[in-house]
Amino acid sequence: MEKDTTQKLVEYFRAQIREDPDVASAVAAIRSLLEFLKRDQSETILGLRENMTKAIQRLEETDSSVAVSSGGELFLRFISLTSLEHPDLSQCKNVMIERGELFLKKISLSRGKVGKLCHTFIKDGAKILTHSSSRVVLKVLENAAADNKRFTVYVTESQPDSAGKLMAQKLHNLNIPVTVVLDAAVGYIMEKVDLVIVGAEGVVESGGVINKIGTYQMAVCSKAHNKPFYVVAESFKFVRLYPLNQQDVPDRFKYKADILKTVKDLNQEHPMIDYTPPSLITLLFTDLGVLTPSAVSDELIKLYL
Amino acid sequence: NITDSDPDGRLTVTDKDVKLQEIALAKNEGKELTKEEKQRLRKEKKQHKKNKKDDKGPPEKEKEKEKASVPAPSKPATQSPAHKAAPAPVHASESAAAAEKPAKSKAELRAERRARQDSERTSKQGKKEGGQQSASSKPKATPNELQPVVKRLPEHVQVDDPAALKKLAKKLERQQVPLRSDYGYKVSLFSHLHQYSRKSPPTLQISIPATVIHPSIVRLGLQYSQGIIAGSNARSVALLHTFKQVIQDYSTPPNEELSRDLVNKLSPYISFLSQCRPLSASMGNAIKYIKKEISNIPSQCKEEEAKGKLQACIDSYINEKIILASEAISKYAIEKISDGDVILVYGCSSLVNHILCKAFEKQRKFRVIVVDSRPRLEGREALRRLVKKGIRCTYVLISALSYILPEVSKVFLGAHALLANGYVMSRVGTSQIALVAKAYNVPVLVCCETYKFCERVQTDSFVSNELDDPDDLIVTRNGKSHLENWQTVKSLGLLNLVYDVTPPDFVDLVITDLGMIPCTSVPVVLRVKNVDQ
Repeated sequence: MEKDTTQKLVEYFRAQIREDPDVASAVAAIRSLLEFLKRDQSETILGLRENMTKAIQRLEETDSSVAVSSGGELFLRFISLTSLEHPDLSQCKNVMIERGELFLKKISLSRGKVGKLCHTFIKDGAKILTHSSSRVVLKVLENAAADNKRFTVYVTESQPDSAGKLMAQKLHNLNIPVTVVLDAAVGYIMEKVDLVIVGAEGVVESGGVINKIGTYQMAVCSKAHNKPFYVVAESFKFVRLYPLNQQDVPDRFKYKADILKTVKDLNQEHPMIDYTPPSLITLLFTDLGVLTPSAVSDELIKLYL
Repeated sequence: NITDSDPDGRLTVTDKDVKLQEIALAKNEGKELTKEEKQRLRKEKKQHKKNKKDDKGPPEKEKEKEKASVPAPSKPATQSPAHKAAPAPVHASESAAAAEKPAKSKAELRAERRARQDSERTSKQGKKEGGQQSASSKPKATPNELQPVVKRLPEHVQVDDPAALKKLAKKLERQQVPLRSDYGYKVSLFSHLHQYSRKSPPTLQISIPATVIHPSIVRLGLQYSQGIIAGSNARSVALLHTFKQVIQDYSTPPNEELSRDLVNKLSPYISFLSQCRPLSASMGNAIKYIKKEISNIPSQCKEEEAKGKLQACIDSYINEKIILASEAISKYAIEKISDGDVILVYGCSSLVNHILCKAFEKQRKFRVIVVDSRPRLEGREALRRLVKKGIRCTYVLISALSYILPEVSKVFLGAHALLANGYVMSRVGTSQIALVAKAYNVPVLVCCETYKFCERVQTDSFVSNELDDPDDLIVTRNGKSHLENWQTVKSLGLLNLVYDVTPPDFVDLVITDLGMIPCTSVPVVLRVKNVDQ
């Protein structure tokens, strides 16, 4: 019975992503969890929590990105806080569902908020460098273009999945002049660009970000050239990790979910993400506002404590 | 023996002499002055000062001053801070009252009562403006006040200011705590700090048995000054246990409230302890907590019940803030220790040793490099504890740091205090280790309980520090001690610093009982804690 429900959950999740490719994976995960909550049959609050935890684990196995993990944890916290106020299960569940819907509505709007905040930092005639394909960065550039600003974009190819080419296509459709560069050409192109904007899969407690592999390199280069390095991320991507260096990032985030299950020796695999420390980041644009890396910890303490 | 004073409160000359003699006798015997004796001393001193000032003044002013001294005997003892501030405003409000009703005694008393209330009000305002001379300058300014009080510099960083020294001497005399004198030539950059010698502890100047200061406090003071109890946590726990003993032996005098009198009783003890060794930030926070708990005791609470409550408070403070906190910190820290790690530690931090022992119990495979420095050589104690557990250790002196760092994967440091701007105050040498580790890109983790967070802000190690006994630096090798006669060489100064501050850029992570935070988030934690309280 349990396997059945979790299987349905995974299918629902995958369906969400298929129907709306533009939706953030964390939003899809939270939507699926809310649906799971509605259909859940447990009798006690503790049972409900256990089922939710298992559901989140199952989702993480499907899509091993940091965002799903952080979204799930935030949702779980939401639930635990509610359960303290209403001891009666059915009342509690109704309140939870209501709050879940509210939460979902709020975070669906967060990408728009980020876009509105960030596009003012793009000046007319700017040359922007970005990495791989990020829907938030796309939204920002979309907003800037709608504001009648003229700028050019350089995108890295971002191997091994060539996501950069996808991004270039999308930008081309918006009539923004775009050039695809090799991952190895970041140092070469850095002197030409005015600013660097990247997305994030997760924002960690120290104020650093976890993003597609190659981001760290770009950050180091931009620091060396004194170019501003901006990160755009929604607040549900804040996660309670604190990596000290690249090695410290847990393995379950570094590799894709199916590889984690099948491959024995992870040393032979290429990690999909890397960690950029906060000292290399100039500003973070979130729906909570424009933050410096040290302010991220303050916001996290507010969110989680 | 107490003769009646005439209605104006003026004592006759002979009575005055007798009183003063009695008081001097009592002081010499080390007996605690009774409240009345203290009040009379205060009154005499005030009259003496006023007589000196107004020798040239018109006679009316004299009359007013003597009237001002009338409120003195009838004032309750708790208004002592406002007392010394009373003279100036009392003058102003008194003159009007005195001019209108010169001879009527009842009216005078009423006016004096009004003047007293006015003086209390103005003295409270005066404290805000920072203009009035307060009777006691606390060694640590209370930082948690919500009013915009002008912060006065703590006494222990103003040693080169003669006015501050005089104030301290007066305060210690009033509390009957011996004043400890500085020793030896001080390096000019640190001349604003105390430098004591271990060979002359303040306990030498106290008569045995001490009746003014509780004997367990005397013992604690000696243990601090001789370095028998060292280390932030150890000092705080010892202090709290001693306070438990003090509270146990305390009995409320008649007509006094426990909540106010006990706090006043503790002040001379704290002055004495800070004479033995300057208070640490953790001790300061503990004392603040105790004073708050004591003053929150409801007045209808019976003495035994109140004492029991206070003892329980102290026990729970030690349990929560120190013991359980170290368990929580170990839990977080163990996540950061992976198999195959080479961990560098400096000196002897009880918390870091605890973490490493716990990690070893959890079967983590790691080895430890203990870095040590003169003159304290605390690393040897840490080495002893770790080796006893069975952990593989290497021991180096701090001069070999850059040689050994390429092997190191993580650095674990303890802290004495965490300042509000994110700087870490710790044993001298810590900032050096953090600096070199940063240059080698080795992550630096600082472990600190939240009760050591303080609201002070410091960017360098000069402004507030501690100078230890300079004779510690004298080394005897092959029977020869070259620096033995360092005092005879006029241009030579020995500097034995105890603490230094590390900037937050060199610290990657702070592990506290609330979780893992970056160094810059200390003010957020302080804010959250204040909201909780």
